[in-house]
Amino acid sequence: MDSAPASEAAEPVYLPDTVRTAVKLLIVGHFAVGKTTFVGTLSEIRPLRTEERMTQAGAIVDDLAGVPDKTTTTVAMDFGRLTLSEQLVLYLFGTPGQSRFERLWHDLARGALGALVLVDTSRLRQSFEVMDLLEQHGLPYAVAVNRFETAPAFPDDEIREALDLLPGTPLVSCDARDHESSTRALITLVDHLLTLDQEPE
Amino acid sequence: MRPPRDERALVRPHVVTGGRAHPSRNVFDLVTLVIAVSDRTTGLNPEQRRIVTLCRGGALSVAEIAGHLRLPVGVARVLLSDLMDSGHVTTRAPAPSARPPRLQLLQEVLDGLRARL
Repeated sequence: MDSAPASEAAEPVYLPDTVRTAVKLLIVGHFAVGKTTFVGTLSEIRPLRTEERMTQAGAIVDDLAGVPDKTTTTVAMDFGRLTLSEQLVLYLFGTPGQSRFERLWHDLARGALGALVLVDTSRLRQSFEVMDLLEQHGLPYAVAVNRFETAPAFPDDEIREALDLLPGTPLVSCDARDHESSTRALITLVDHLLTLDQEPE
Repeated sequence: MRPPRDERALVRPHVVTGGRAHPSRNVFDLVTLVIAVSDRTTGLNPEQRRIVTLCRGGALSVAEIAGHLRLPVGVARVLLSDLMDSGHVTTRAPAPSARPPRLQLLQEVLDGLRARL
């Protein structure tokens, strides 16, 4: 259900002059879990796509193995923007969940407040890699089940067990196409980040 | 000596950035807000000129600049660093000491999101 944003058509929409602070949250998950849809639902601008050229050095498992001369690949990230107050703007980055994009992850994780992991109950195992990455980068996260009509509905405790979630990690359900439900998923995440920050280590 | 094959594949970005892969400054995060402070475009290469033209209208993040101009983020960073060195663009950010602490930022994000419901 990922839709392709069209960077070329979008006219720039400038930030209000009063905005001074920009923060970012990552929307992560495996391929086709609905990251682009989620970002597009919440963004006040037409989502944009940036590309970064990545080298595959250090990759243990390389999709391009056996393809000589192909040592770089291009990773696309879709992102959107929400101006939250006169001073503050929030960027949402839909981030691919493969560990081979290590440098991209380093860049994205730096300064990010946290991450929302989108999961599909019919492919829970595919979320392990991205959750490992978040933990390696020390990024706190909440998990949101993106409700696909065709996906099986499991009780929360079974999903928690399958994903091996810590008791404090929030698990919510959302519809990435729906504004209110996606906003609520982000609220759950930020509420969780606040709680973590207020707890003594 | 011929460069390794994978470097030869990167012709266009390397031409644009004068062969450099790393910016002269390390201030440009994906969400650093940038604004043009000079209308002069003489002496700039076409990509730098496009950035200055885009950034005249108001503030945009580094990621938005890269997205609008269809430049890889790494290339946009190098170009922006040069444009900052030459006085064409500046970043719009509170001084480090004036940046709100994380807890306050999170509370402001939470309030802003709740207001959208």
